[in-house]
This record gives sequence, C-alpha cells and structure tokens, in this order.
Amino acid sequence: MNVTTGNFASTADAVTLARLRLRLAQAAEAEGLLDIAYTTVDSPVGPLLLAATPRGLVRVAYDVEDHDRVLDTLAKRLSPRVLRAPKRLDVAARELEEYFGGRRQVFDLPLDRSLSKGFRQLVQRHLPEIGYGQTRTYGQVAALVGNPKAVRAVGTACATNPLPVVVPCHRVLRADGTPGRYVGGPAAKMTLLSLEAE
Amino acid sequence: MREPFEKVVARHGGTVLRVCRVLLGAHDAEDAWSETFLAALRAYPDLPDTANTEAWLVTIAHRKAIDVLRARRRQPAPVEEVPEAPTALGVPGGDDADLWRAVAALPDKQRQAVAYHYVAGLPYAEIAVILGGTTDAARRAAADGVKNLRKSYQGAAKEGARS
Repeated sequence: MNVTTGNFASTADAVTLARLRLRLAQAAEAEGLLDIAYTTVDSPVGPLLLAATPRGLVRVAYDVEDHDRVLDTLAKRLSPRVLRAPKRLDVAARELEEYFGGRRQVFDLPLDRSLSKGFRQLVQRHLPEIGYGQTRTYGQVAALVGNPKAVRAVGTACATNPLPVVVPCHRVLRADGTPGRYVGGPAAKMTLLSLEAE
Repeated sequence: MREPFEKVVARHGGTVLRVCRVLLGAHDAEDAWSETFLAALRAYPDLPDTANTEAWLVTIAHRKAIDVLRARRRQPAPVEEVPEAPTALGVPGGDDADLWRAVAALPDKQRQAVAYHYVAGLPYAEIAVILGGTTDAARRAAADGVKNLRKSYQGAAKEGARS
C-alpha cells in the first residue's frame, strides 16, 4: 500500500480540481451562497482585483493593496463566503477594458457601497459628477458636498475609496495642481489622468 | 476571523477529492466533492474558530459518501466502477485497477479508516469521532484495512505501508 498524499498529486488532478472549483462557484451562485465573487484582470495600472456581492461591484483593488489582504478584509467585514467566480464580474471587466482602451468614459455598473459609511460614502457618491478628463481640487469637492471646510475629510474619503477607477477619486487633485495621494500609488494616478487627457 | 472560503478550497480541495475517490471510486467522487464543498460553504460562517477545518470537511465528505453508498445499494446489482483516469491512484508501476478493486472490496469502516488516516492524515482520535467509536477501534479498522489490501492487492507488499 502506498496511499500517501504525494502519490495522488498529478496534472490530471489539477485539471479535475479546476473544473470542480468552477462547478462549485456556479452551484454556490445558483444556491444564493456566493456572497462575494471575485476575479483579477490585467490593466495598464497593473492587475486589478474585482469583487462583487449580489448587489453589485463592492471592491476594486490595486496590486499594491495586496489582493490577499483585501480578500481577508472582505471576508471579515462582509462575509467569508468568498469564491473566485469571474462570471459575476464579466460586465465590470468588460467596462474596465473599454475604459482603458479609451472607448468608455462613464461606468454603468450596479455598485455595492457597503464598505464606506457616512461622510466618506457621501463624498464617493459625488465623485462621478467630475466628468471624464476633468479634475477638481479637494477643496472644490468639499464645496460640492456642501461642507467647504472638510478638505482633509474629503482627502480621506478619496484615499479610502473602495472602488477606485470606477468611482473616479483620481480626478481629485491638490490645490497646487500636484496629483496628491492615491490608493494605487502616484504613478497609477498619473496614468489614469493622462489616459483621460488624450 | 474566518478566512475567505476560496482559501479553504485551495488548501483542502485535493485531499477531499482523494478521500472521496477512496470512499466511492473515481466515478462518484466528483459529485461527492461538489456536495461536500457546497454544504461546507453553507455552514462555513458558523464554523467555530477552534475547529480543525480538514477534519470538519472530511466529516462532511463522510456523510455525503454514506448517502451515495446507500443510494447505490438501493440500485439493482451495482457494478463497482473502475476509474478511467490512469493517474487516479498513481502508484508507480502498480496496477491501478487492481488496487481500486481491492479498495472497493474493503468493508466500509476499513475503507473509511484507511481514507481518513492514510489519505487525509487525520489522527485516530479524530477518525473515532467521525466513525462513532473508540480511538482503538479506528486504529484497528485502519490496520485491518491495510492488512486486507496487502492480501488482495498484488505488489502491495513490495510498496510497504506508512504507519
């Protein structure tokens, strides 16, 4: 007898398991057990993690945020029923691809904003009012949401945006015209701004 | 804190598949795997922090396999399936079909004990909880299972058993 684990590992097993995991994601979706579906897509600003609840897109995360840590946080804050299930993200992935290809200026996706609360969520809800290719300062956004003194809080709201790219916090700059902080790093912010300036 | 279920599948999916194959043969193993992980996903948010995740999954697989065996025995004259994939048990130089027949011919308890100890690597104390008996009974069932496999499977003696 030689029924040790190592002897079972094979390429055929890996293929079988990949198929079974796909089937599990489909069954979980059909049974209403897929609380969070995720996938990763390539982009000019590096690999992006996309995660969605049944309500909509809940998280877009840059590589520098560490996708494993982001998934851990989603499991902790929303639900541990998290599976890689690209299908639910098909539309989001396609719209992002169109955006990075210069063929889309506005995202038309259901969003789940449950990761932000209060003033931060209020600010993030207003960000899409800054149109493609335009920019505002943190102070202007503070005025936009009816709280002109809350410049720092607007900065925090932008820095903690759980849906970067789709909710355009990259269009908010410092008063001196420099880009300011960005969740995906300053280079990613510049890439998005120049893409939209073309 | 509960980690994402995807990580549970990644870490334990292979072991559970191999356990299901030993319990049921390759043909029914995939359905048992799917039902095991779907049931696990359903119950996952309530799994206690202290639980041994692999033992928990094997326990679910054990119940799902019993359901399959019962359904199978209600069918007229079931024929034991021989796996089609030649790598399913992967004993180098061995005759897989012979080993599968030998595993399938074991009494249920012995086959279960062999799967949970030699494939899943669970300690006998955990296996006793799953099988409902004493630790000694679980150890004996695994030992008897290996002994029977040695007797019925040619070439098994050459390979040697892991204790």
